[in-house]
Amino acid sequence: MITELGHFALVLAFLVACVQAVVPLIGAHKRWPGWMAVAEPAANAQFLLTAFSFAALTYAFVTSDFSLRLVTLNSHSLKPMIYKISGVWGNHEGSMLLWVLILTLFGATAAWFGGNLPPTLKARVLAVQSAISVAFFAFILFTSNPFLRLAVPPFDGQDLNPLLQDPGLAFHPPFLYLGYVGLSMAFSFAVAALIEGRVDAAWGRWVRPWTLAAWVFLTIGIGLGSWWAYYELGWGGFWFWDPVENASFMPWLIAAALLHSAIVVEKREALKSWTILLAIMAFGFSLIGTFIVRSGVITSVHAFANDPERGVFILLILGFFMGGALILYAARAQAMEAKGVFSMVSRESALVVNNILLAVSAFVVFVGTIWPLVAELAFARKLSVGAPFFNMAFTPFFIILGAILPVGAMMPWKRGSITRAFRPLRGAFALAVALAALAFALQTGRSAMGPLGLFLGSWLVFGAAVDIWSRTGRGAIGDRSRRLLRLPGADWGKAVAHAGLGVTMFGIAGLMAWEAEDIRVVQKGESFDIAGFTLTLEDVQRVQGPNYISTMGTVEVTRDGRTVSTLYPEKRFYPVAEMPTTEAAIDNGFLRDVYVVIGDPQDKGGWAVRTYYKPLANWIWGGSILMALGGFISLSDRRYRVAAGARRTRGPAGVPAE
Amino acid sequence: MKRLILALMLALLPLTPAFAVQPDEVLDDPVLEERARELSKGLRCLVCRNENIDDSNATLARDLRLLVRERLVAGDSDDEVIDYVVDRYGEYVLLQPRATGANWLLWAAGPIMLVLGFGIGVAYLRRREAMPEPADTVALSDEEKARLDDILDK
Repeated sequence: MITELGHFALVLAFLVACVQAVVPLIGAHKRWPGWMAVAEPAANAQFLLTAFSFAALTYAFVTSDFSLRLVTLNSHSLKPMIYKISGVWGNHEGSMLLWVLILTLFGATAAWFGGNLPPTLKARVLAVQSAISVAFFAFILFTSNPFLRLAVPPFDGQDLNPLLQDPGLAFHPPFLYLGYVGLSMAFSFAVAALIEGRVDAAWGRWVRPWTLAAWVFLTIGIGLGSWWAYYELGWGGFWFWDPVENASFMPWLIAAALLHSAIVVEKREALKSWTILLAIMAFGFSLIGTFIVRSGVITSVHAFANDPERGVFILLILGFFMGGALILYAARAQAMEAKGVFSMVSRESALVVNNILLAVSAFVVFVGTIWPLVAELAFARKLSVGAPFFNMAFTPFFIILGAILPVGAMMPWKRGSITRAFRPLRGAFALAVALAALAFALQTGRSAMGPLGLFLGSWLVFGAAVDIWSRTGRGAIGDRSRRLLRLPGADWGKAVAHAGLGVTMFGIAGLMAWEAEDIRVVQKGESFDIAGFTLTLEDVQRVQGPNYISTMGTVEVTRDGRTVSTLYPEKRFYPVAEMPTTEAAIDNGFLRDVYVVIGDPQDKGGWAVRTYYKPLANWIWGGSILMALGGFISLSDRRYRVAAGARRTRGPAGVPAE
Repeated sequence: MKRLILALMLALLPLTPAFAVQPDEVLDDPVLEERARELSKGLRCLVCRNENIDDSNATLARDLRLLVRERLVAGDSDDEVIDYVVDRYGEYVLLQPRATGANWLLWAAGPIMLVLGFGIGVAYLRRREAMPEPADTVALSDEEKARLDDILDK
């Protein structure tokens, strides 16, 4: 019964979305307040109905209602509760329902917090947002309905893919979707502004929080996914340049470019049409990502729902929204004349360079991702584009970006000079070079990647510190420190996020350059050494888990005779899904991880054991957390709210938030 | 296409779970082993989804790893080993596509876009720089001046 109500709520939400996509748009065109006002209650209704529908599906999973096809295929009565819940979105149909839930949530928040928007813009934004909902509701109802029943319910389900039964992956999709779908807000704002034919500083200020929020969620989502891959897939890789990963990385890059270019719109009323284009492209890449993941057109690790019919549907959605938006853009972009004048060397130009580098790197990822498809269709060549290509073609852009970022961040608006912007950074630069030289001297005969990473990382971190310190003005250190704490959230957010990028860069370079690995057959009680640690395989046991059987090793890790930790690497077998998984055991440290994987028993006795020494592994995710944190701090800047109030009283706007 | 279908079918078969490089595969000569590992990282496991043979658990990946080591022990250079594998499995096996034929487009895409981007960017900045200050930012209207004085408590 609850299931049917959920199904019905979904159909109702679809109808409400249809109304919301049309009525406010006409209202805004004809200046009819009553018609425009439809948008707000409709957005709320849409969200509540979808939330109810999602809750109904969750209820079916929690109570293991195997009369539902989806529950049978993806759940099992013995599965732990958290994975019963995460199982709701651990499959195609449920994850699309989560997608529209978040889409309608963003629509509703735009209605709640959009009080200061001009009524026509608000009506148009909500209508465009709702048009996206219409497309995805139709997609769910017509091609991937989660509420289908089975005529003869089985006694138990077929279980969720064991790889997905993991806390890291339980929360990876929701965050990723918050990011993907958050970019739909930027898209709706861009299209609404094109319809209005007006982009000004205020528009830049409205669109920026949404982009920032989406980017923060994407950062968290990608970080979680990469962390999951690191500890779950059993060889400690954290990024594979898999099409599905690229699908989330491209919107991240474009969103990063967008939130920087929106600053220029907001502060200097320039780069308007470029920012609009970025907003369209950012969501376009989200849709392309959805298409890649959902259609399985490019085979990859994550494609758990391959269905050409769905692929075609998403391609139609993509074509409609991108085509429509770009035609509108072509027709209207000319009207957006820039106001601010600035010189060749200025903060504006620095942000232009940032945008070029981010956009081109996203383009490289895009070309590499679709190239196998292009090569096969156009040149009849069956080939692969993998990690070695991306490492080589993508990395230079981020090295350049990291090298110029601190100087660009210190550059004044309108007119600056590179030497003057660099002057306060001399100390940071010298320190970064010294650290890199030291690392190069210590690591005799290895690649230059580690020292280069250390240089970029410390240059970014110290550069961010100098940047924020320079914001406190002049005077005694005590005064400046007090002022430091009172600096606006935007300044802190900028410094923290830039430092986070540095930490991540150093983590990636250090891990790739200084990793050590050991593969061997180990007898019970035998010891071996890796990177200064001594590991002893104490025992191997069979352990029965809730829905799996495990072979668990006990490995003692010591250093100079002192015990560092005891690790329990596992090899699990999930009998329902008939799938084995490896559960690596990791001793997490600030500077290094020790990573142990146990393999098969050998014919001549003993067990295959793989051990990795992974330096700086946690810095990769530490930096991602810092980047996300920087975004949150920037989002909390009170100038977004103060300015909102100021507009209502028609007074002058406050100092633009950065 | 046929090979793809075959690959997909193989991927769906329950493969014996092994785990990447097995201890018995490791060569005694550390230099050769190091070379084998490097080469393995650039070769695709044909039945997997975007995995190299060094990381893969599939039996076919193990066969390929053994083949690479066999060729190295036989005295082949790195390029000869790669050619040997490509001759038998096609260029699909290479994770880093060769810059031959239309593939140069793939390799040149980034640099071309970068040059293009910088060209457009510089042209845009030049235009901005040359542009006169827009009229409405040059002077304040009397009303605005009065309001400014009012705010500044004059």
